[in-house]
Amino acid sequence: MSEALARVPALAAQHLLLAMAALALAVALALPLGVVAARRPAVGRVVLGIASLVQTVPSLALLALFYPILLWIGGVPALGFLPALLALTLYALLPIVRNVATGLTGLDPAVREAADGIGMTAGQKLRWVEAPLVLPVAMAGVRTAAVWTIGAATLSTTVGQPSLGDLIFAGLQTQAWALVLAGCLGAAGLALGVDALLAVAEAGAARRRPTWTGAALGLLALATLAASAPLWSSSERRVVIGAKNFSEQYILARLIGDRLVRAGYRVDYRDGLGSAVAFGAVAGGEIDAYVDYAGTIWSGEMKRTDVPPRAEQVRAIADWAKRTRGVTLLGALGFENAYAFAMRPGGAVRTLDDLARAAPRLRLGADLEFLDRPEWAAVRRAYGLRFAGATPYSPTFMYRALESGRADVISAFSSDGRIAAERLTVLTDPKRAMPGYDAILLLSPTAATDPRLVAALRPLAGRISVEAMREANYMVDRDAGKVSPEAAARWLATRTGL
Amino acid sequence: MPARTGPALAFEGVTKRYGGAAAVDDVAVRIAPGEFVALVGASGSGKSTLLKTANRLVVPDAGRVLLDGADVAEGPAWRLRRRIGYVFQNVGLFPHLTVAENVAMPLRLAGVPAGDRVAAMLDLVELPRALATRMPAELSGGQRQRVGVARALASEPGLLLMDEPFGALDPVTRETLASAVRSLHDRLGLTTVMVTHDMAEALLHATRVLVMQSGRAIADETPAALLAGAGGAAAQALVAVPRAQAERLAAMAGA
Repeated sequence: MSEALARVPALAAQHLLLAMAALALAVALALPLGVVAARRPAVGRVVLGIASLVQTVPSLALLALFYPILLWIGGVPALGFLPALLALTLYALLPIVRNVATGLTGLDPAVREAADGIGMTAGQKLRWVEAPLVLPVAMAGVRTAAVWTIGAATLSTTVGQPSLGDLIFAGLQTQAWALVLAGCLGAAGLALGVDALLAVAEAGAARRRPTWTGAALGLLALATLAASAPLWSSSERRVVIGAKNFSEQYILARLIGDRLVRAGYRVDYRDGLGSAVAFGAVAGGEIDAYVDYAGTIWSGEMKRTDVPPRAEQVRAIADWAKRTRGVTLLGALGFENAYAFAMRPGGAVRTLDDLARAAPRLRLGADLEFLDRPEWAAVRRAYGLRFAGATPYSPTFMYRALESGRADVISAFSSDGRIAAERLTVLTDPKRAMPGYDAILLLSPTAATDPRLVAALRPLAGRISVEAMREANYMVDRDAGKVSPEAAARWLATRTGL
Repeated sequence: MPARTGPALAFEGVTKRYGGAAAVDDVAVRIAPGEFVALVGASGSGKSTLLKTANRLVVPDAGRVLLDGADVAEGPAWRLRRRIGYVFQNVGLFPHLTVAENVAMPLRLAGVPAGDRVAAMLDLVELPRALATRMPAELSGGQRQRVGVARALASEPGLLLMDEPFGALDPVTRETLASAVRSLHDRLGLTTVMVTHDMAEALLHATRVLVMQSGRAIADETPAALLAGAGGAAAQALVAVPRAQAERLAAMAGA
């Protein structure tokens, strides 16, 4: 736990840097937009309409949308700082544009008439009259935007930009509430601190104390600069290891990372990547290595619906990934993490055929992506499944839902330690509707050309049994006596003799 | 005798329409240097609109305005306006600036150092110099309008335009200020055009009264001529109000 908490300062620095960069960019864009919106009401309606529309997009989705957009544009990193920066900037625009525009349109007409009457040019009027009078309202907008941005920046974790959200997502996943709390308090602390400094700057402007304003803004700039210090000190290349948003992924990422550290590499983690984002990230070189699952690539990336034997499937994926995306499949780790329908113990339903008959009276609890995945479509087609209801949960809460009876069937994972621990019934798939889900280690085009790195990771192939993986997962997922993914990774290394 | 004299101002066939209606309808007036002209008329008679064509706050649809023979439409508007003092009913002091900064703003625009000019301007409009550091919100209505006049005259314009300048003030302040402005007009040798709906104010302070109705100038007389019955029926109807009031007051005082 403490080793995870030790990441707080570094993550807070990244978080602050991202949020302040987005805020600065938003201010730079919003000020002229606000002026234009006030001068030309027709343009203003369009600008404010778009900015409001952006606000209605959930921030998580807004961040995720920039990934395909940047991918489509090409030539720029589609993951990490850039998409997070752009999404947060868009998100921060509305309060600033709106306040600047309403501030300007709400100015006393007599003051404008006086400014015109004594012969101010449009520029002088803006600089000496309109800007200082609108400043308090504009600053209120900037403060709102700052707090929103710092809050929403926690979601940048999902597009591979480290932030305090790393702690929140990892903690939520592994039910390590101290981590969640550390992430939340860290983000709240940053928001309060930045808001307080902006409040001082605002008060300084309102009370004609430029030294207050200068000191507050200077301190903010200094803090942001200090937060960016790690970026310019470490010019050496770091190996970036990706992980999707569940315990097994965190553990395997640490297992890979530990081996690379022992081989003399410096390692960074990108935790909590969305499933759709991860493969693109390794192909684009935003991450160097991560573990994915054969069936996910098979149906999600390759759009295949046939179900070949597992070994054949892995070979076909290796060939396809190398040929079309330059990604190297270093090897299968030895265990499978398949989607498996699981039910409470002691029921009569044993197979998916049985389930199809009982389904109209049952409720399905699925993980967050399952209902949109092609595997679900395939199973539904093959067995004619029709449930009374289907609810997506985050994986941890999915098991809780099954336990409490809110769900009767869940889309479990075969390597999940909770299946054995809670003696759940895993339904068989007699029609073989679902493809194999061998865990496979994928390397980016650059990483694959580094023989030392390949040599350090090759021993992982075929070494991890499903029993070992379940046990390691359960160490992190269980309610009592849970350990951190780092500790579970060390345990797994010892257990498998790595 | 003033050291200098304000410019001549001429309106030539000035017309301004809003929608279909003419707010100002083909007005031609020549104002000589040093005149104090009152534009009088009911609300909507076009007097304010006509005044504002002189400093281009309103651009006429037809006709032109000449300042010392030069068309005001030439060159940028801000350059014209810096040569013209402008005072209006709502004053429009800059609320974020002190009295001194407000008064000095025209000098700042002209790039002239303020020096002791602000103090001199406050003296001119009979405001205590101690007010220089106050903010506009701390002043009374009369004080604010005095600051407005000081600001309008700070860069020594020859022409002073006033749009209902004392309309929002109480009668005592109004009379004091109007007299003060008239004496400034004389001392500085200004050309002054003042819009007012108050015929008594016009008769008492102006050297010439222009009566407007429905966008047209219907009478153009000296105060003495108006009081003697010149200018036509509509102008005389306006003169009749203060005259009747004065007669009733005199009768009450005599009784």
